[in-house]
Amino acid sequence: MKFLPFIFANLFRKKIRTVLTVGSFAVALFLFGLLFVVRGAFTGGVDIAGADRLVTINRTSIIQPLPLSYRDRLLKIPGVKQVTFANWFGGVYQDERNFFPQFAVDTDTMHQMFPELLISDDQWRAFVADREGAVVGENTAKRFGWKIGDRIPIRGTFIPGIWEFNVRAIYHGTRPADDTTQFWFHWKYFDERKPFGKGFVGWYTIRIDNPDRAVEIIKTIDQEFANSPWETKTDTEKAFAAGWVKQFGNIQFLILTIGGVVFFTLLLVTGNTMAIAVRERIGELAVLKAIGYSDGFVLRLILAESLMVAAVGGVLGMFLAKLFTLAGDPTRGLLPFFYLPAGAIAGGIATALAVGIIAGMLPAVSAMRLRVVDALRRV
Amino acid sequence: MAIPVIYNMRSVKARWTSAVVAVLGIAGTVGVFVAMLSLARGFKATLVHSGSARNAMVRRAGSTSEMDSVIQLDQEKILEDAPGVARSAEGPLVSPEVVVIAPFPLKSTGTDANVQIRGVSTKAPQVHENVKIVAGRLFQPGLNELVVGKNAVHSYAGLDLGNTVRFGGGQWKIVGVFDAGGTAFDSEVWCDSNILSEVYHRPQSIFSSLAVRLTSPDALSTFKDALTSDPRLTLQAEREVDYYDKQSRVLTTLITVLGSIVAAVMGIGAVFGALNTMYSAVAERSREIATIRALGFGAGSVVISFVVEALLISSVGGALGCLAVLPLNGLTTGAMNWQTFSHLAFAFSVTPILLAGGIVFALLMGLVGGLPPAIRAARRPVAAALRAL
Amino acid sequence: MVRVDGNGNSSLICVRGLDKKYQRGSEEIHVLQGLNLNVEKGEFVAFMGPSGSGKTTLLNLLGGVDVPTRGSITVAGDEITHMSRSKLTEWRARHVGFVFQVFNLIPVLTAYQNVELPLLLTKLNKAERKTHVETALGVVGLTDRMHHYPRQLSGGQEQRVAIARAIVSDPTFLLCDEPTGDLDRKSADEIMNLIERLVAEYGKTVLMVTHDPLVAKRAHTTLHLEKGALVEAAGKEVAAS
Repeated sequence: MKFLPFIFANLFRKKIRTVLTVGSFAVALFLFGLLFVVRGAFTGGVDIAGADRLVTINRTSIIQPLPLSYRDRLLKIPGVKQVTFANWFGGVYQDERNFFPQFAVDTDTMHQMFPELLISDDQWRAFVADREGAVVGENTAKRFGWKIGDRIPIRGTFIPGIWEFNVRAIYHGTRPADDTTQFWFHWKYFDERKPFGKGFVGWYTIRIDNPDRAVEIIKTIDQEFANSPWETKTDTEKAFAAGWVKQFGNIQFLILTIGGVVFFTLLLVTGNTMAIAVRERIGELAVLKAIGYSDGFVLRLILAESLMVAAVGGVLGMFLAKLFTLAGDPTRGLLPFFYLPAGAIAGGIATALAVGIIAGMLPAVSAMRLRVVDALRRV
Repeated sequence: MAIPVIYNMRSVKARWTSAVVAVLGIAGTVGVFVAMLSLARGFKATLVHSGSARNAMVRRAGSTSEMDSVIQLDQEKILEDAPGVARSAEGPLVSPEVVVIAPFPLKSTGTDANVQIRGVSTKAPQVHENVKIVAGRLFQPGLNELVVGKNAVHSYAGLDLGNTVRFGGGQWKIVGVFDAGGTAFDSEVWCDSNILSEVYHRPQSIFSSLAVRLTSPDALSTFKDALTSDPRLTLQAEREVDYYDKQSRVLTTLITVLGSIVAAVMGIGAVFGALNTMYSAVAERSREIATIRALGFGAGSVVISFVVEALLISSVGGALGCLAVLPLNGLTTGAMNWQTFSHLAFAFSVTPILLAGGIVFALLMGLVGGLPPAIRAARRPVAAALRAL
Repeated sequence: MVRVDGNGNSSLICVRGLDKKYQRGSEEIHVLQGLNLNVEKGEFVAFMGPSGSGKTTLLNLLGGVDVPTRGSITVAGDEITHMSRSKLTEWRARHVGFVFQVFNLIPVLTAYQNVELPLLLTKLNKAERKTHVETALGVVGLTDRMHHYPRQLSGGQEQRVAIARAIVSDPTFLLCDEPTGDLDRKSADEIMNLIERLVAEYGKTVLMVTHDPLVAKRAHTTLHLEKGALVEAAGKEVAAS
């Protein structure tokens, strides 16, 4: 547009003020990005949960196990295609603060159950062949600098002793929200070495043939094992993940509150800046109208200036947020992933533009309504 | 010669819309800052106060919490005779406890949260001296009876006195409510350890931990030495207070790190807002400033005057932010204890120190936001400013 | 010929029975009453009168920046008093060139860009606009300063840029409100020389308000505003027709 130079010229009239306002946007949008990331870290697992997978745990408590014998009975239930199982290990690597999840997994079925986690065939075969082998997620491997062939000692907690594993495979996620912090080893090795509780698994993961039939299959499974010493509670993977997140605390509310405070403050700061900017230029705006520029033009001019500041600041803020996520998780491994989804970036910039319009509206309207006579009389 | 403060106060009043904007920006930042730290502090306080300085928490050597610790009954018997263990008429004040988690529906979301269930002996109230039965009575050993912490009653559906709940494949009657002084125990449910072990298919001779009342807080070292020097024992002991303090670490770290980042970023934004306000003030008042200086007030006075003005605005903002957050004090919320994966109810803890910190933060923002414009005001050549329209 | 008796409907500018009153608090102030005016093409008219006599009001009304309480204003056949605000804006862009005492130039734009402003409202492309701007700046003698900002120009130079802007789209007439009010003697002379040239060499029609008799002398005709109406020479009142 031929008026673009004019808009830019106006914004650079008071350089510091423009920089500060753009900076305010950048800061606010950076924060929005951060809030999205934290929210995503907690709810991301829910969003990408497998639509055709179920999780079966012990009804009494998640810390209670289920008999291995249930596997064959589960496979017989109509609608069930595949079954795998795992146990939580909860060991310590060097320091309690170096937390990452460790699972004893069924080497026959684990790989097929989670195809979204990529492992090269050679590596998987090497893992299966080595009783003390381990599969490590890319995130954890990078965090501790582990490579294929390294021997990793992990101290057991509820099962005491030092357990040593050989890194045989490293898995990668296919989507940003995939959890690549996990550590897998042989369930058979685990069960053998356990001094008690042999023949029991922590939970089952089940693949069903038709996600639409999940509800009835869940009912069938839980009925199958009702009134036994090891009753089951089954859920879709999504529901299971969602329930887990809900326990963390009212994160959603916290984020909304902070986000709201920031949004509101940004609106005020920008609105005030635009109002001051218009007040200073009443004489010029009057001259423009005298020359023949319409009221509508003046309105659009002020709005355009406001939007320009918002757009530049918004993009800058989102960019900084993205950079921040590339630097990694500042809590050092407490969050499964730390990234900014594309949807959030678009949403953030849209929010910035909305603030630009709302904040600029009042000053723009007052500029539109300005009568040349009144303005010139103010000499 | 100092410029009278009344000039600043009247100036702020005359341009009150800009001042209000700066005040709100700072108030918002301080509010969020204090609120997040109060959250972290409340969580930590709840856990730390769960421990008594006179109690030792004994777990299996190498375990990270009560959840993954396994202690045999014979070890408990040996420990009862260790030096430093307090005794009452009924015997050594050692409470063997079985700690598990079980799902109960949260009142707030309707979905399940993992509640920490503690199987104890009848000695438990004596060992945990902060725990008092405030309604009903303690459970009778051998029966499916529960006593519930007062926060658990509020947080979960159906745990009122007299109710029957289904868990672990059986029916349980709630016979009592206890008050543990706003600590972690208040989020727990207690019952007979033997019955609990049965329900969880564990031998009754296995426990998660031992709570030991010491003869005095100083007796801890003697007690610990006795444990490590005895080859029959594979146990570790620490002061109860320290155990719970470590438990709070994960979530407290998370909230503090994220909260600090948020507050720092918001602080930068607030400073930008304050700078904007102060620069505009300097610009609009350039003739006044020149006049003041022509009258004989030095550049230093001008700088101080504007900084004082900025501090005035920011202190109001800080006070507003603190006031806004004050009602949160004592408000209960819940979160997951990442060490035990159990739900913990706790309250925001807005302490005077945090409030003072908030005000200091506000003043800092005011200083950073007021100094550069103040210096610019002082630097402007007087004659040029007087001539300008 | 300039007439104030309401006759001569073939004039470029024809004003009949112009009334303008303001509300100030509870008072009603009649600034203009029954004012008549006829201006032919190529005339240079100066309006003089004491402070508050309504000179600027008259100029604002003629420029379509204000609307009269009663009466009619016709410029080049267009009756502007009943035009809508947006139509008036369009009309102004095409027919009027303004030169103010202050606030003339936009400080963040160069002299070139300031002069270009009226042309941005037209459909001319960049090259065409360039031609017009350079021509206008040439007429006022400031081609060598066209990329300077107003703060880099003297008062007289600023006003010359303002005049260039006023003539760049070749408007029907120019309205100047105290064009030399803020300038020193020498710059004032320069500006008046320029305006005289615009009238003599380029045939522009100029209506000017001034309080300076020396400046007024440069015009073809001086009209005085007294009691809300125009008089030709000192004392002789005009009868409304």
